[in-house]
Amino acid sequence: MSDLPPVGHGLAAPSAAFAAAAPGRTPGPPLWLLLELTYRCPLHCVFCYNPTEFANTGAELSTDDWLRVLREARALGAVQLGLSGGEPLARDDLESIVAEARALGFYINLITSGIGLSEARIGALKRAGLDHIQLSFQDSSREMNDFLSSTRTFELKAQVAALIRQYDYPMVLNVVLHRHNIDHVGEILAMAERMGAQYVELANTQYYGWAWLNREQLLPSRAQLERAEEVTRAFRARVGNRMQVYFVVPDYFEVRPKACMSGLGSVFLAVAPDGTAMPCHAARMLPGLALPNVRTSPVREIWYESTAFNRFRGQGWMKEPCASCPERDTDFGGCRCQAYLLTGDADNADPVCDLSPHHHLVSEAVARAERAVAASAGQVQKLKFRDHRISIPVVTGDPVAGA
Amino acid sequence: MSAIEAASKPVLGHGLRLQWEPAQDAHVLLFPEGMVKLNGSAGAIMSRCDGVRSLGDIVADLELAYGATGLGPDVEAFVALAIGKRWLELRA
Repeated sequence: MSDLPPVGHGLAAPSAAFAAAAPGRTPGPPLWLLLELTYRCPLHCVFCYNPTEFANTGAELSTDDWLRVLREARALGAVQLGLSGGEPLARDDLESIVAEARALGFYINLITSGIGLSEARIGALKRAGLDHIQLSFQDSSREMNDFLSSTRTFELKAQVAALIRQYDYPMVLNVVLHRHNIDHVGEILAMAERMGAQYVELANTQYYGWAWLNREQLLPSRAQLERAEEVTRAFRARVGNRMQVYFVVPDYFEVRPKACMSGLGSVFLAVAPDGTAMPCHAARMLPGLALPNVRTSPVREIWYESTAFNRFRGQGWMKEPCASCPERDTDFGGCRCQAYLLTGDADNADPVCDLSPHHHLVSEAVARAERAVAASAGQVQKLKFRDHRISIPVVTGDPVAGA
Repeated sequence: MSAIEAASKPVLGHGLRLQWEPAQDAHVLLFPEGMVKLNGSAGAIMSRCDGVRSLGDIVADLELAYGATGLGPDVEAFVALAIGKRWLELRA
């Protein structure tokens, strides 16, 4: 299972190791449960996948609500648990949530910026039974890390990396890649090696939420991507299986879409801070998808019976070219959110696919990125930093069409 | 992969967890952000890799449990594969 895509701050699909439910059959259990405990976060990352209108969502669930969600999901067979956000350490009941999850038999992944992870807290989390910590870095240098997160956090993260080792956790570093740091992949990998990382996720930005707003400034050029892949290959050859390096290719450069979430409603269940249950972390943007809430519905009902979770199960919703495509069992038509963001219709083929009549929207964005990289030589401009004071509704289509 | 000594003691890799999942009717191996559902024989082997029993003990135990003989090469091949994937480590 070497091609394990991560779930991190930059939004990616859950593990390929999870088998998808066969079309037309009763879905299997929600094996992967992601709890976005809070949208509060000390960082302001430009590639955050959190909804751009996050400041306008409802109140956070109580501790008891989260514990009930854990019990209900575990009873259905959920086993991999991601605790994310926002910054999950912003919840002072994180230790209680971890302890309950461990008692229930979850394997618990904390997905964190590291901000707020003191030695007292990492000790308490270890005692509570936390299995692993995924630490995000924005870049290998203090300057770029701090610029891209709009904070001064690099030294703090380096200290947290040392704590993670000290407390004998498998160290997983996650770095979201884009135009402004992808040329530093060699330095990023060297930093990870120095820190003793066992796993490194080089996750190219996927364009949702704040990243979608910043797409024109974040998408790398093909030459940048190819250089980064070459550096990664050489690094892998040198370190062997001492470190696992996952390189998540930006899907805009592909001709076939990712098998997003192994199909919506197949293995993945996310719960937002306000209790909204979603078949993917970005699904809040999909129009007409009446997302259920764990405050008012049991998880079993949400997973098996709700309209929202059944909406994209099977293949009945597909349009051409997906509906008759021999590859529809492999990629499930790609990402519904990307189809919606780019084409305005969530039932369309993911336009990353070159069989899609909308594929030009992707190739034109790539062509603009080529020109922008050539013109700016890496200059950073016009980035929109994630900020609770700015609440921006989802805009679909091409943000610069006609510009 | 060179042959594994019968006296060496395989143990689950650092940070991994192996558990029986009734919902999947299988042993699963859990690791950072991933899971592998093991088939019956892989589960039977892995669940005996406790860092105490040697490879030789494990083979003998499996042969007894399944009323079979000559399992050595298959078990060793799986253990070698699992070490390559870092699911298992060897203790001297």
